[in-house]
Amino acid sequence: MSAQQTILVAVALPLFGALGIALAARIGANFREAATLLTAAALAYCVWSLAPSLLEGARPAVSVAEVLPGIEIAFAVEPLGMLFAALASLLWIINSLYSVGYMRGNREPHQTRFYVMFAVSLAATIGIAFAANLFTLFLFYEALTFATYPLVAHKGDKSTVASARVYIGVLLTTSIGLFLPAIIWTYAAAGTTDFAAGGILEGKLHGPAVGLLLALFVLGIGKAAVMPVHRWLPAAMVAPTPVSALLHAVAVVKAGVFTVTKVIVYIFGIDYLFASPGTGWLVYAAAFTIIAASVVAFRQQNLKRLLAYSTVAQLSYVVMAAAILKPLAEIGAAIHIVAHAFGKITLFFAAGAIYTAAKKTELHELRGIGRRMPVTMAAFTIGALSMIGVPPTGGFVSKWYILAGAFEADNYVALFTIVASTALNAAYFLPIVYMAWFAPESGKPPPTHGEAPWPSVLALSLTAALTIAFFLFNGPVLELERQVVAAP
Amino acid sequence: MNPLAAQMPALQVIVPMLMAPFVLLLPRGLSWAAAAAASLLAFGIAAQLTATVIDSGPVAYQMGSWPAPYGIELSVDALSALLLLVVTGASSLALVGGRASLAAAVGEDREHYFYAAWLLALAGLAGIAVSADAFNIFVFMEISSLASYVLVAGGPDRRALPAVFKYLIMGTVGATFYLIGIGLIYMMTGTLNLADMELRIAEVADKEPILAAAGFITVGLALKAAIFPLHVWLPNAYTYAPHIATAFLAACATKVSLYVLLRFDFFVFQQNLSGHAFQFAAYLMPLAILGILVGSGVAMFERNVKRLLAFSSVAQIGYIMLGASLVSIGGLTAATLHLFNHALAKGGLFLAIAALAPLAAGLRLKDMGGMARQAPWTFAAFVVAGLSLIGIPGTAGFVSKWYLVSAAMALGAPGIALIGVVVLGSLMAVVYVWRIVESACFGEPPENPARSAAVPRPLGAAIWTAALANVYFGIAPGLPLRLSSSAAATLLGHVPA
Amino acid sequence: MQVLGIYYYWVFAILLMIGFYAVIAKLNLVKKLIGLTLFQAAVFLLYIAMGKMEGGTAPIYGASAEAFSSPLPQVLILTAIVVGISTTALGLGIVVRIKEEYGSIQEDEIQEIDRR
Repeated sequence: MSAQQTILVAVALPLFGALGIALAARIGANFREAATLLTAAALAYCVWSLAPSLLEGARPAVSVAEVLPGIEIAFAVEPLGMLFAALASLLWIINSLYSVGYMRGNREPHQTRFYVMFAVSLAATIGIAFAANLFTLFLFYEALTFATYPLVAHKGDKSTVASARVYIGVLLTTSIGLFLPAIIWTYAAAGTTDFAAGGILEGKLHGPAVGLLLALFVLGIGKAAVMPVHRWLPAAMVAPTPVSALLHAVAVVKAGVFTVTKVIVYIFGIDYLFASPGTGWLVYAAAFTIIAASVVAFRQQNLKRLLAYSTVAQLSYVVMAAAILKPLAEIGAAIHIVAHAFGKITLFFAAGAIYTAAKKTELHELRGIGRRMPVTMAAFTIGALSMIGVPPTGGFVSKWYILAGAFEADNYVALFTIVASTALNAAYFLPIVYMAWFAPESGKPPPTHGEAPWPSVLALSLTAALTIAFFLFNGPVLELERQVVAAP
Repeated sequence: MNPLAAQMPALQVIVPMLMAPFVLLLPRGLSWAAAAAASLLAFGIAAQLTATVIDSGPVAYQMGSWPAPYGIELSVDALSALLLLVVTGASSLALVGGRASLAAAVGEDREHYFYAAWLLALAGLAGIAVSADAFNIFVFMEISSLASYVLVAGGPDRRALPAVFKYLIMGTVGATFYLIGIGLIYMMTGTLNLADMELRIAEVADKEPILAAAGFITVGLALKAAIFPLHVWLPNAYTYAPHIATAFLAACATKVSLYVLLRFDFFVFQQNLSGHAFQFAAYLMPLAILGILVGSGVAMFERNVKRLLAFSSVAQIGYIMLGASLVSIGGLTAATLHLFNHALAKGGLFLAIAALAPLAAGLRLKDMGGMARQAPWTFAAFVVAGLSLIGIPGTAGFVSKWYLVSAAMALGAPGIALIGVVVLGSLMAVVYVWRIVESACFGEPPENPARSAAVPRPLGAAIWTAALANVYFGIAPGLPLRLSSSAAATLLGHVPA
Repeated sequence: MQVLGIYYYWVFAILLMIGFYAVIAKLNLVKKLIGLTLFQAAVFLLYIAMGKMEGGTAPIYGASAEAFSSPLPQVLILTAIVVGISTTALGLGIVVRIKEEYGSIQEDEIQEIDRR
């Protein structure tokens, strides 16, 4: 299979997988889950098989159709997209494993729809990761919004539907109202929307227009959840936990920050943006989001909502890192996408496992739960440490690079923000960890549950292991991402 | 070459028109088959004509070999070809898929009258598209209008009757205004052939009768085309007509009047009347903007699904007019393209409504509950067409909005405001489409679920054809884009720079 | 005298306005239709009047004729009259059906019934 074919297969595979899952569901639930795992494994194989040649500098590209003159549906693999696709496809396997335990453990209805739409969402995610231009990216970006809607509204009762309405309302409004005009503006100015090393807008726009276009992009890419367009993310927490874990800690939100990074690096070009006036505000906006979301997270009583606001803050780390506009910081942005993914999915898995085993969702209910669910809470602890950025977890690596980039740019706002938010993260995660392990259990009658079903526990152990592994073995990833900022 | 090939423009009208009385004479069981066959044949002719226009430019046809301007001329250029495809395509899809739904609405015993009226409407609409003669356009317009009054009134709902009466009054007033206009022009120039009129009107261009004629024609056609604020006949007529008839009329009836309006304004008036280009833009643009905002706004709060979609049509006509009022290649391409794409989207939506109607008696939003589960395939197609109506990329609606926004962007600063309107309108479309989707997916199913009538296979096929066409022309818009950019160039070629 | 000299256009304009007034202002559907018919008839007169030549005859080739009235407007208006009659007939048909269904042909009463 040539690299071009592999790209197309990677995008199409989850779609056919979805069909297969729907058909397999008619035979039985076991076949359905087997089909999901099989699709996930095949996708991961496909995506990962592209990585070696990419490390050697190959950039396979393939064009599918020309929609309008200069606007085509095309795919091209570059380091950022490779990283994102590899991450999403790897975690999908683990997440599918987890879903089996979670969905069965909670006896959720409409499980076939759940697995099918999950596969469709993954197809859209891979499409975003491999998109060769803004138009293709936007196509899959919207597809991802629509494909995840049934997953968010899964429960189907009134308050869930209302939350799902917020979810799709915010995402569609920002993407149609701001992102799309930004794309059309880019096209009008540059005559193309292709991602190209060094950017395509240099010299095409002048003065405040650059800052304005950047604002349209950043706020229009609602999936990046930069305040004030973050509201959809807490609303999405009504979804079943596997959805929150893979989609709203990895695929959807990372699609947002990935797009922002890609726009900054490949549409504007970091040097051009650094030299343009009126673009510095993005660091402040991201910094504000980080601090504000951390403060809000600090005040949450519901575990999943706390994690959601923590995600809002962590996403803005990526945006801020990208906005520092220095090579080291761009690398930091890329690897923070990975580091946060491993850590946050572990946290969500743990939250879901707690819900499955003990039906607990509020923080105060977690006293002493570490003794009943030691594996889960150990994983939770590792995830929390990664969020704070303590070695030996992945979160430390990315923070290191972001800090290095901030020093390089003498950007003291970013420096201060990282320090302050680290303190805040510690302030809201450590009490939970302490409470879970050392506080006496409460509740009458005393709880009798143990760990969640084994697939769930296995999944969260794996992601916790990945969080630590990323601290130790991040060489290839760094090697790959250095190419993003290497001279074209 | 096939000897019939040269007669295509005439056959385009003659086939459905001659078939109409035959449908009445045939045995009852065959009337639907005959009507559908005639419609498909007309579609084939339209496709053939389009191919000829693309290959070798506009086709002119002299009735009875009398040379224009003395004889009656038919002519087919890119714009008419695009329109013919829309008209015959919509009619064929609706007829092929709509038999069961129509039989239920009209009644088996009156069905053949209905099909005869349908073919007359088709002949009239196609006739307008091929005519190059102002008076012929009037006659065909009245043939199609009279027939479509019958189509609208054919349904079982008695509220259709006052609605159709209003439609008849306003339609006739519009047509009569148009008649006054061409009378005044004829008085001054002595010609009815559009091409000839364009040349001769120059000598008398600034005389009052010509100015009055321009006003009468514009207002009359605006009435027929339901341009805001002359749209009041449209919502009720669409709401209470038989569902299949709504699908047909919503896809093409108003578009045809828009077509005549564009023809007259660009071919005859803009280059001859000083300041007309400015007036055209300056009067129509605010109306178009208001149409988009008011139409979408009302649709957002409407409870009846069909009326909701009807108000959305008012807004979509606004998009077409907005594109035209820019008087630029980009704007006119967007306008003509949207004419095609909106027909695809709205036709698909109303066909899906026809399939869902037996399940959701009343067709209010709250009646839609549980539709997504009862008819998942049909509803999926509804969503696809709905996305096209919003203008989501990957669907046809996106392509025309892209052109519209690009054309507005070319204006510079004032264009930003227009982009704002288009974006706002699209967001409002998100709201009204999503209200339907949400109530169908998560609404309470009706108390006593209607007999779960399966969607008839032909109707399902028609709906999916429309839905897939929305996707196909969103990814490969080559054909309509070629026709509409050529049409835009032709229209603009008649306007002095 | 120029204003009065074109009296036939005045007839056209006045008839047109009377008809239009009835269409808009009358609530009785049959009266609306009568207004519509007047409205159309006015336009017919406009066409006929413009074709008339002072002293002209029918355009039949003969020795004595010096000027012909244009026959084309008459031909056109013949078609328009047919259209007008069809419209009126259809309109009356709809009014009959409305009367059957609603028991009234007053616009306001029908609206009242529908609102209930």
